[in-house]
Amino acid sequence: MTVAASSVSRLPAGLAALVARRRQVAGLAVGVLALGCLVLTLVAIGQGAITIAPARVAEILWARLAGNAALFEGRDVLVVMNIRLPRVLLGLLVGAALAVSGALMQGLFRNPLADPGLVGVSAGAGLAAAATIVLGDRFVTGTQMKLPFAILPLGAFCGGLISTLALYLIATRRGRTSVATMLLAGVALGALAGAMTGLLAFISDDRQLRDLTFWSMGSLGGASWTKLAAIAPIVIPLLLAMPFLARGLNGLMLGEAEAYHLGIPVQRIKALAILLVALAVGASVAAAGLIGFVGIVVPHLIRLAVGPDHRLLLPLSALGGAMLLVGADIVARLIVAPAELPLGIVTAAIGAPFFLWLLLRRAGPLDV
Amino acid sequence: MSEPLTQNALVCAQGLGFTTGGKTLVRDATLDLAPGSTTILIGPNGAGKSTLLKLMTGEVRASAGHVAIDGEALTAIPAWRLACQRAVMAQHARLVFPFSVYEVASLGVDGIGRAMPRTRRDALVGECLAAAGVLDLAARPYQTLSGGEQQRVQFARTLGQIEAGRSIAERQALFLDEPIASLDLCHQLALLDMARAIAARGVAVLIVLHDLNLAVTYADHLVVMDRGAIIAQGAPAQTLDDALLRQVFRVDLSLSRAPAPGLPFLLPQQHRANPAA
Repeated sequence: MTVAASSVSRLPAGLAALVARRRQVAGLAVGVLALGCLVLTLVAIGQGAITIAPARVAEILWARLAGNAALFEGRDVLVVMNIRLPRVLLGLLVGAALAVSGALMQGLFRNPLADPGLVGVSAGAGLAAAATIVLGDRFVTGTQMKLPFAILPLGAFCGGLISTLALYLIATRRGRTSVATMLLAGVALGALAGAMTGLLAFISDDRQLRDLTFWSMGSLGGASWTKLAAIAPIVIPLLLAMPFLARGLNGLMLGEAEAYHLGIPVQRIKALAILLVALAVGASVAAAGLIGFVGIVVPHLIRLAVGPDHRLLLPLSALGGAMLLVGADIVARLIVAPAELPLGIVTAAIGAPFFLWLLLRRAGPLDV
Repeated sequence: MSEPLTQNALVCAQGLGFTTGGKTLVRDATLDLAPGSTTILIGPNGAGKSTLLKLMTGEVRASAGHVAIDGEALTAIPAWRLACQRAVMAQHARLVFPFSVYEVASLGVDGIGRAMPRTRRDALVGECLAAAGVLDLAARPYQTLSGGEQQRVQFARTLGQIEAGRSIAERQALFLDEPIASLDLCHQLALLDMARAIAARGVAVLIVLHDLNLAVTYADHLVVMDRGAIIAQGAPAQTLDDALLRQVFRVDLSLSRAPAPGLPFLLPQQHRANPAA
């Protein structure tokens, strides 16, 4: 009955070492990923038709931050500030949003295969985007080309939100959301949206089909400060809510009843996580198209490295996702320069083999 | 049949009923848990023991009657405050991701022990792991443990929650649903000893058990359920008799009395010796 004596406050040596090692690994992971993000950001800003050395990029950014007016002029500054920086920031934001959303969905659905697509955002957004591209021209003649591309992000965002809301309502009975129902209904709704998107592709002409195909593979190409300003306020709440959600998700790992016994407001966590993911993924998809694989591969890599504790997993996934997307964008722009590859191709081509290599490297079976 | 209402009962269940899908799982259950007392709930499979426990912890909302903790309606208490007032160890806890034993045990302390300094929280987790006899498993992934070891880790987590909650709520309750189902005899006794030690500090303890001999040995207050209703409760020696055994558990065995405290005990050997009965 050592527990009764609450004056005891020394850890057994083995446990102290364990706790210390956990903290070391966590610190190391945060350091490595943060540094990786910084380096890739500088490289990504510097690379392109006009090559700028990372040191020069750092100098420009620093001068900008410090408000040094002498450096506000010049070609490099214009390229960095108006073209490259918004693109890289969009990449960081979208990558973080997708990876954190993936980790949240896996925790919430207690399913290692869950990804942001499960809450219906991608399906709804994809259908809405297809409808905008294919039907947009038919209803709005005269302004061809222009209009569909102006309302495409908005349409995708609304489509994503509406399908998530529909799923949430289907899965909620008497104030309780069944994640199992949501999972299954999500599969059904996804299939339905996929069929309708297919139908739209079937009736589209060649140019529309090409637009649709490229949009569905994702790109950071259209980045601008305006776009960034539009999506940042929608994505950032997800990142700010991470500490609150992390505690709740850790408790949920034992099951909903146990989480409730531990004092976790289960229904509020579920509703908040689903809402924030729908908003963040909807905004990401609207800004950069469909970029697969980040939401599933990044959280799993982080789990393999530091374990499944969400208090670490969520912030590290944010850093890892940001890093993967900016890195993939560098490759996408480099490999077929001066053209660029769709981003979704690169994230899958980098992420999948790396993930497989990690799986094969493990001696025993994987306990997801 | 019914015990006089304890003056300072901590958890009071009054006329609890629960019906789902047209089936009544619990009907008109009235039960008080007193601080410092160990109440043990027995009954055959499907008698409604776990459901009654779920109603009393707030996991499931009653269709009839009400539950109060420390004079306050259960439904009016927010989850975080309830978590300080009572800890619950459920029957099965399965994990999806490879959390370590240390991380699982920490869950009990992480949430409600946030006011404690970090070193104190870590130490508390260590104490609870040691108390449940799983300290040397701390680094192992929870999923690789045997069923009994997992159960002891869950007990460590529950202990941590009670300890952490004590700084916030002075009057606490502990609910254990078949906590020894997968344990060997040595650990069964150790866990029940510990539950009684916690009760001795003023916690109201409710345990669902199947082993009648252990139930009468460890209970201050024995509650017998059958087909959703509480059919007897009181001091173990007065509550259990041959007629009740026949009626509730459908076994034709007779109780004997152990020498010193005169507690009843049961030998299933009689059943083998006299199979026709």
